Amino acid sequence: MKKNWWKSLSIVLLIYTVVGGFLFHVPRLTIVNETIRALYFHVPMWFGMVFMFLASTYYAILYLRKPQTIYDNYSNSFATVGLVLGMLGIVTGMIWANYTWGSPWHGDPKQNGAAIALLVYFAYFILRGSVTNNEQKARLSAVYNIFAFTAMIPLIFIIPRMTSSMHPGSGGNPGFNMYDLDSKMRMVFYPAVIAWSLMGTWVATVLVRIQLVKEKIEDLEDEQIQ
Amino acid sequence: MNKFNKILAFLFFNLIGLNTFAQEAEMADTMRANGKIYVVVAIVLIILLGLIGYLISIDRKVSNLEKRLPKK
Repeated sequence: MKKNWWKSLSIVLLIYTVVGGFLFHVPRLTIVNETIRALYFHVPMWFGMVFMFLASTYYAILYLRKPQTIYDNYSNSFATVGLVLGMLGIVTGMIWANYTWGSPWHGDPKQNGAAIALLVYFAYFILRGSVTNNEQKARLSAVYNIFAFTAMIPLIFIIPRMTSSMHPGSGGNPGFNMYDLDSKMRMVFYPAVIAWSLMGTWVATVLVRIQLVKEKIEDLEDEQIQ
Repeated sequence: MNKFNKILAFLFFNLIGLNTFAQEAEMADTMRANGKIYVVVAIVLIILLGLIGYLISIDRKVSNLEKRLPKK
C-alpha cells in the first residue's frame, strides 16, 4: 500500500476538487456567472490529456531507443487514457460554450484545434489496429506518436494564441488573466489538475497490467500447443 | 489639495462602480443560502466515490490475475 500513496492522493484531491469546486468562493463575473465553476472540471481534462500524451510520447521514444514491448504497452495505454480525457474535455467544453458563447460549436480556433488534435490521435489507434505484426505495430505507432504530439502542440497551444479566440487563454488573453480577479481559484484548480493526472496514470497502469496478463496467458497457450 | 480630492473622488467612484458591477453578475446565491448546493455536492461525491471504488476493485482483480500466473 505504501508504494501506492499516489493513488490515495489522487482520491483525496478528487474529493477536495468536488467539495471545493462547488462550495469555495469564485469571482462574480457577468456572462459566465456561476458556470465559472466548470473551470475546475473542464480545464483539468485538457491538462490531464496533455500529461497523458506527454507520457505516451516519452514511452514511444524509449521504445524507439530500445524496442521492448513493455514501452509500447505503456505508450498505448497512456494514449488511450489521454484520448478519453480529451473527449470528455471537448464534450464539457461544448456544453459550456452553449451557455456562454451561444452555440456548442462556435468554430473557435481553440475548439477547432482541439478537435483536430483529437482526430490526429484517433488516427494513432486506427494505425495500431491496422497492423497485425506486433513489432511493426509498435515501431510504426511509436513514430506516429511523436508526430501526433508535435502536431498537438501548435494546434492547442500556438494557433489559438495567434488569432482572436473567445476561449480564455487564447488570442492575446493568455493564462488566467480573466480570472485573476480572484487567485483563490488556483487553490482548487491546481489540485484538480494533479488529481486527474494521477487518476489518469492509475487507469493507464491498470490497462498496462491487463495487457501484461494477456501477453503471459498467450505465451502459456503457445507453450501448450508446442 | 484639489488634485488629492480628485484622486479620492476617482477612487471612490471606481470602487462604487466595481461594487455595482460585482453585484450585477447573477450567481446561484439562493441555492447556497438555502443549503441545496450540499445536495448537489453529495450526489456528485457519491458518483465519484462509486467510480473510484469500482476502479479499486478492478485494480484488485488484476492483482489477483497477476498472482495466479507463473512468474518467469
